[in-house]
Amino acid sequence: MRGPALLALLLLLGALWAPAAQAAAPPRASLPDIEDEVMCLECGTQLNVSTSAVADSERRFISDLIAQGRTKAEIKAILVQEFGPDVLAQPRDEGFGLAGWLVPLLAVPAALALVLLLGRRWRARPVARGFGAGAPALSAGDARRLDDELDAFGR
Amino acid sequence: MRPRVYWPVTLAAALLIGLLAYGLTTTGADTTLDTAVARGERVAPPSTAALPVLGRQGATGSLADHRGKVVLVNVWASWCPPCVEELPLVERTHKALTAKGGTVLGIDVKEHSGAGLEAVRKYRLSYPNLRDPDGAFVRDWGQTGYPETFVLDRKGRVAAVRRLPVTQAWLDRTLPPLLAETA
Repeated sequence: MRGPALLALLLLLGALWAPAAQAAAPPRASLPDIEDEVMCLECGTQLNVSTSAVADSERRFISDLIAQGRTKAEIKAILVQEFGPDVLAQPRDEGFGLAGWLVPLLAVPAALALVLLLGRRWRARPVARGFGAGAPALSAGDARRLDDELDAFGR
Repeated sequence: MRPRVYWPVTLAAALLIGLLAYGLTTTGADTTLDTAVARGERVAPPSTAALPVLGRQGATGSLADHRGKVVLVNVWASWCPPCVEELPLVERTHKALTAKGGTVLGIDVKEHSGAGLEAVRKYRLSYPNLRDPDGAFVRDWGQTGYPETFVLDRKGRVAAVRRLPVTQAWLDRTLPPLLAETA
C-alpha cells in the first residue's frame, strides 16, 4: 500500500515541478524579438527596418545562432563581441552615451514637476463668478456719469 | 509673455540651429587623403590602429607589420557583390606582389568572422586579412563605399587610392613604379 502511495506522490511532485521548471527557463530566442534591439551596421537604422546586404548578413548570423539554441542574451553578447558595442540599439553606459540614459531619467521628473506646477497655478487663478465679477469698482464720478447716460437713454 | 521667457527659447533655438549646422558640416566622407594623393603627394595613413586578425582569435595586426613592402590594402566584405567579384584578381595580384617584395592586406569590414573566413576559404585567399568589425578604421580613411583599395609604398605612405573595384589596368599602372622604389 505504501509503494503505490509513494509513486503517486512522486508523480504529483513531478507534474507540479515540470511547468515551474519550464517557466523558469529563458524563452527561446526569435529573430523578430532581437531585430529591433540590434542596429544595421552600415545603414545606421534598426535591423528590423533595414533591407541592405549588411542587414541580411547580420540576420543570417543571428538566425544561425538561434538555430544553435543560443538565448537572446547570449546572442546579443556574441554580436557585441563580433561587431563592438554600437551594434546594439541602445546608448552606451559610459562617456557621452550616458546622456542617452540620464536625459530621459531627468526629463520625465522635470516634465511631471512642470505639469504639477502649471496645474497648481491654473487651479489657484481667480475664478470669474457671473457677469462683471472681478472687475474694478466704479468710482463715484464714473457711477454718476453712467447714471446720467442711462437716464438720457431711458428718456 | 514676459521678456525673460524669450531668453531660454532663443537659447534653445540657437543650440538647435548650431547642432543642425554641426551635423550638416560633419557628415560626408573626409576627402583629405584623396585630394593629397591626386596631387601626387605621399601621405601617412589616416589610421594605423591594430585590428583583429581574421581567423586568429585574440591576435591583432596592423600596417606596421608590413613596413618595407608595397602593401595593397583591399577593403572588402563577403556581403558586397563587387568586393567578391574582384577577390580573384586581388589574389592573383598578391601572388605577383609576393615575388617582388609586396603583399595584399585585406580589411574585412562589418561582418562576423565566420562569414569572412568562409569567403577566404571559398576564394582561396592566401593573403592576410584583418577585421574592421564596426567600420571605424576605414571611416578614418575616408571610406565612401565598397570595395576600396589603397596602395602603400615601402615607407608606409599612401601612394594610391581606388574608391571603386580595381582593374588590371589600374594595378599595372600603379604597382610597378612603387615596386621599383627602395625603402
